[in-house]
Amino acid sequence: MKTAHWALPAVVIAGLVAAGCATAPREIQPVTANDLAIMKASFQEKGQAKLDRLDQDEAQKLCSHPPSVRIPAEVSARIEKNNMATIKYPADGKLMGDWKAGEVIAQRGVGKQFSDNPKTPSGGNCYACHQLSKNEISFGTIGPSLYNFGKLRGGPTPEMQRYAYGRIYNSQAFSACSNMPRFGHNDILTEQQIKDVTALLLDPNSPVNQ
Amino acid sequence: MHPHQAAGDWYEAEGWRDCKRQFLPYGEETMNGEKTMMTRLIGIAALLGAIFASGAHAQNTTLDEIARYRAQLQDGNPAELWEARGEDLWKQKRGPKQVSLEQCDLGKGRGVVKGAYAELPRYFSDADKVMDLESRLLHCMVTLQGFSRADATKRVFGSGSSRSDYEALAAWITSESRGVVMKVSLNHQKMQEAYELGEKAFYFRGGPHDFSCATCHSEDNKRIRLQDLPNLTQKKGAQLGYTTWPAYRVSQGELRTFQWRINDCFRQQRFPDLVFGSELSIALTAFLAYNANGAAFNAPAIKR
Repeated sequence: MKTAHWALPAVVIAGLVAAGCATAPREIQPVTANDLAIMKASFQEKGQAKLDRLDQDEAQKLCSHPPSVRIPAEVSARIEKNNMATIKYPADGKLMGDWKAGEVIAQRGVGKQFSDNPKTPSGGNCYACHQLSKNEISFGTIGPSLYNFGKLRGGPTPEMQRYAYGRIYNSQAFSACSNMPRFGHNDILTEQQIKDVTALLLDPNSPVNQ
Repeated sequence: MHPHQAAGDWYEAEGWRDCKRQFLPYGEETMNGEKTMMTRLIGIAALLGAIFASGAHAQNTTLDEIARYRAQLQDGNPAELWEARGEDLWKQKRGPKQVSLEQCDLGKGRGVVKGAYAELPRYFSDADKVMDLESRLLHCMVTLQGFSRADATKRVFGSGSSRSDYEALAAWITSESRGVVMKVSLNHQKMQEAYELGEKAFYFRGGPHDFSCATCHSEDNKRIRLQDLPNLTQKKGAQLGYTTWPAYRVSQGELRTFQWRINDCFRQQRFPDLVFGSELSIALTAFLAYNANGAAFNAPAIKR
């Protein structure tokens, strides 16, 4: 946690150098204690959304800058290493669930908003950002297309299952400052739900691989 | 393209699917448990039905249909109803002191409405604060009309028969800036500070989903579901996004202000509830409004 305070200016400066200052990204200073106090005074707790949602962890602090700012390799490596350590693989060793349940999770957008019932299971909202099956034409483009994800990668090999499950559990273990929520690490999806989405990506019968 | 039509006018993170869910079944409730005006507008619902019945069509056909739907929306904007009510509210003697808001200074002198919104947020020396339109109206309701702060913030966002005075006042006041070139000034130190805080807030990742404003609004040509997202870090996107709010939201049957816009973005970011007129809400508005400088203001608009 403490390292983030001194690390961010280094990130920004490295970004400026890397960009050759041709179109230098504007330097975003770290949020000060005073800024955070203003922010916390500007929000009120509502439903399940408490003020501690404004308390950033290391990755959130290090990644709060424009995407054009390049992060030094050693900082990326540290974020990825620390996030990799959070991934808990299922104790039963089974990483693939039911792709049909996975499709429902991929379609659902609710979960964790102050307007959501915390007792209702969260969705993964995958289609908000990714193309998955060919049948669903309403998909977003913030993330890459995952159409034929399994087919293009040699099917549900043990390595690919481990990669897909881990990527959904904590995307920043593989790509520092990834835009994708860390679904397992932040308790958005349950272990079973992550298994189901893994199946959606890798099961040969899943519409993703048709 | 109609001047009111904006490519980036489909902002919602739940995206098209939730929109579709709201539109089709007659009288279905929204996530807030309210019946929407949209569910009663059978004509548009029928059009949407036609769009989604064509599931086998190519992606481009769908996007063309949505563009056609947006164009059809421009034929009549119910925002005019809010504008008319807002003008009445502005001129009525109201509150314990029975004075009208014509005594309120929106930055260009007492009672001057024309062009005022294109220069907001700004620093107000009488309050020694940076204020946006809604927080300035709150200030005037309290100091001039004698409302308590609690009374003046009872209904900041309308819903059905529970109407918000802010939404009506903002509709009228912003309509008086239509066509005026955005000219927000950072000359005052406190505006400079607000801009910098707003910029930090824009990139601030937090909550269980790690989202910031920038997650969705810092790259060109991105969308959520079929909803185009303006890149608010670039001049063009910031201008397109900022100058088309407030807007009449067809799916909600309400006119929504910029305070509502950013409150609902934070809700979808899984942040807590942004307080109406709070310092951060004004700072973020200052950041976005300044970035829109140079563009002609073009609201109230109409969005799905």
